[in-house]
Amino acid sequence: MSSKSLIGTVNKKGQKIVDPEYLFNEAPRERFFMTGSEVVKEAIRRASVDISVSYPITPQSEAAALVGELWVEGYVGDYFRGENEFAVMSECAGASFGGARVFTTTSGPGTLRAYENFPMWVGSRLPIMINFMVRGVNSPLSIQPDTLEIGLVIDTGMLIWHAETAQEFYDYLLKGFLVAEEPDVHLPIAICIDGFFVSHTKDDVMITPIDMAIPPYDPYRSPVPCMDMEVPPVRMMRDPFVMKSNYISYATQASWQQETRAACERSRKHTVRLLGGLIEEDRSDAEILIVSSGTALAQGREAARILAKEGIRVGTVKIKTIRPFPTEEIRQATKNARLIFVPEFNVVGWMAREIKACIPDNHRVIAGPHVAGGMTLPPEVIVDEIKKVLAKNKEAIHG
Amino acid sequence: MDKEKIKINPEFYDIMPVEYQELVENATYGKEDRGWKDVGSSKELIEEHSLCAGCPESIAFRHILASLPNPEETVMVGSTGCTSLVFPHIALHNIHSLFGNQNAVASGLKRALAYRFPDKIKDVVVLAGDGATVDIGLDMTLQSWFRQEKFATICFDNELYANTGGQESGLMQKGFVGKMAPAGKQFEKVDMPGLAKTSGCHYVAMLTSSKPNRVEKVIRNAVLIAREIGPTYVQIYTPCILEIGKQMMEGLQEMRDSEGPGQRFEYQEFITDEAKAYMEAKHPKKKRKKKRVEEKKVD
Ligand SMILES: Cc1ncc(C[n+]2csc(CCOP(=O)(O)OP(=O)(O)O)c2C)c(N)n1
Ligand code: SF4
Ligand SMILES: [Mg+2]
Repeated sequence: MSSKSLIGTVNKKGQKIVDPEYLFNEAPRERFFMTGSEVVKEAIRRASVDISVSYPITPQSEAAALVGELWVEGYVGDYFRGENEFAVMSECAGASFGGARVFTTTSGPGTLRAYENFPMWVGSRLPIMINFMVRGVNSPLSIQPDTLEIGLVIDTGMLIWHAETAQEFYDYLLKGFLVAEEPDVHLPIAICIDGFFVSHTKDDVMITPIDMAIPPYDPYRSPVPCMDMEVPPVRMMRDPFVMKSNYISYATQASWQQETRAACERSRKHTVRLLGGLIEEDRSDAEILIVSSGTALAQGREAARILAKEGIRVGTVKIKTIRPFPTEEIRQATKNARLIFVPEFNVVGWMAREIKACIPDNHRVIAGPHVAGGMTLPPEVIVDEIKKVLAKNKEAIHG
Repeated sequence: MDKEKIKINPEFYDIMPVEYQELVENATYGKEDRGWKDVGSSKELIEEHSLCAGCPESIAFRHILASLPNPEETVMVGSTGCTSLVFPHIALHNIHSLFGNQNAVASGLKRALAYRFPDKIKDVVVLAGDGATVDIGLDMTLQSWFRQEKFATICFDNELYANTGGQESGLMQKGFVGKMAPAGKQFEKVDMPGLAKTSGCHYVAMLTSSKPNRVEKVIRNAVLIAREIGPTYVQIYTPCILEIGKQMMEGLQEMRDSEGPGQRFEYQEFITDEAKAYMEAKHPKKKRKKKRVEEKKVD
């Protein structure tokens, strides 16, 4: 049974199931002025979601509660508040093992409380969508925007996309399911947005019709059996690997890890088709580049505009997918750059580290400016940083 | 799933593993009165296991699988521990994901199956160790009961963390000297059946796996009541012979010694009025004299 065959029929709520290509590229869209939390409600309304489990934590509580309203309205099959984020992610796992399309949200401490589940989702090939509305994780307690938590999940094996605007957020939420559920991918996907900056501010969003939805999840397109006793129960292994200290068991474990990483890489072609690329370049032939993701890049774009007025040409490269990381794309986009600035909303500068790890002559990367703890990153701060480095370079050149 | 689904295409019959052929030919899927007595005369849903020789978990496992009322529509959820060495061998869909999260996984699973198959019965059965159920997973065990999630929870109580080498668990007896309890466990064995009753379980049983008839009855009740009424809890003593220093033939005696009157595994059964009425109306007791006699024999 292919999900294609369902196009033209209706989902359980009675919405028309349409070809995603049509929905994204041709279907009429209407302009709304809404918060990121409301974007979640409107995207999930159109996503044929079977089950959602929620737990309160700022700044995602509102979005999680709005998904509950969708359940009452009949757009989501089942919904409840779990007991803590570790349990919530296991409840999501159970539902996904049982063949449901699953959506959940969390933030900061919730992400870390849930952490053990993420590599398990990956290894079990559960295409759950989780929305991280990122916030600070360290003590003293902070509820403010901070992207450190993305840096802490990048090696779990999940697909990780970072939306900059409410519009991207809307589109990523719908498109993310389609990429994550491809049989050659079939992995969990994290859609990240910057807490408050995107979750709590209003923005123009072009929304697809309310009576149209993406095709439902088809659990029989999974590369591993769905745990519903509708397919013959295979005896999964002759010897549980955990008990065996031998080469076969090590090799099986290792090759499965390699396979899940490869599946993440295989998502590229589907992602390129739906997002138009893993990065977005603007004047990337400039000698000075700002490379980052999310709202840090938005601030970088403003900085470039200010500098352009002063006659300093600065290009930008926006990273849309953090996993898979657009290694080759970034190499290409930065090949002519002399200086690469990486503004970030976290104290460690993990994005700069990622970029440094993938390009030649990585002394070109300036890890900053970065702010943390909920501080904003005004474009002027980025402008100052760029000017400071330029001045220093001049000194060095002129001796 | 019905038995039709596992039928082998004749063209491929000879290349299928023998155990699969036997499963198709001779397993008790779809048999109304299946039970522990089928063990030996029909194909079991457990192929083999890698537990220690003589571990009572193995016989408990076999009798439980033989007693499930509807295995062709049953999905099991396990946890990390000695039981996770058995699950990969059984002919039922089953999930191992993390240590201690079994009742959370089962909650999501049961809801997904109920939503996807509104016209079918899909039973979910959790089977996990005492560490998983009562210590690391206690929160999720209780919360699933508070929420009245419709699945059965079976705890293999061996009174310690067997799989990691015999450490103290909440169900260990007070005073027992185990790893991480070098001066003897300082607090009482947790009264899990008591917690189950006050947390919303509609059927609670505490037993050992020494009497197959009793295991069969309890498992049937637990699964059927969970299917229609609400959560159920079964705690079965499956002594870890390795960690309590018993020989491989001594498991049965150990269970018998622990289930006498006043002993910690004296048989307990609790059922709510609602569950009782449901069982009497929908699943009246099989009245067969001959069976009673056999019951005596095995005791
Ligand atoms: C998060 C986590 N903590 C600890 C462990 C280690 N661990 C594996 S099995 C186990 C003990 C299981 O005990 P129990 O649930 O009683 O099952 P038994 O082995 O006794 O049957 C422990 C502590 C783990 N796998 N995961
Ligand atoms: S360690 Fe104990 S519980 Fe585990 S298989 Fe051996 S005897 Fe059984
Ligand atoms: Mg134990």
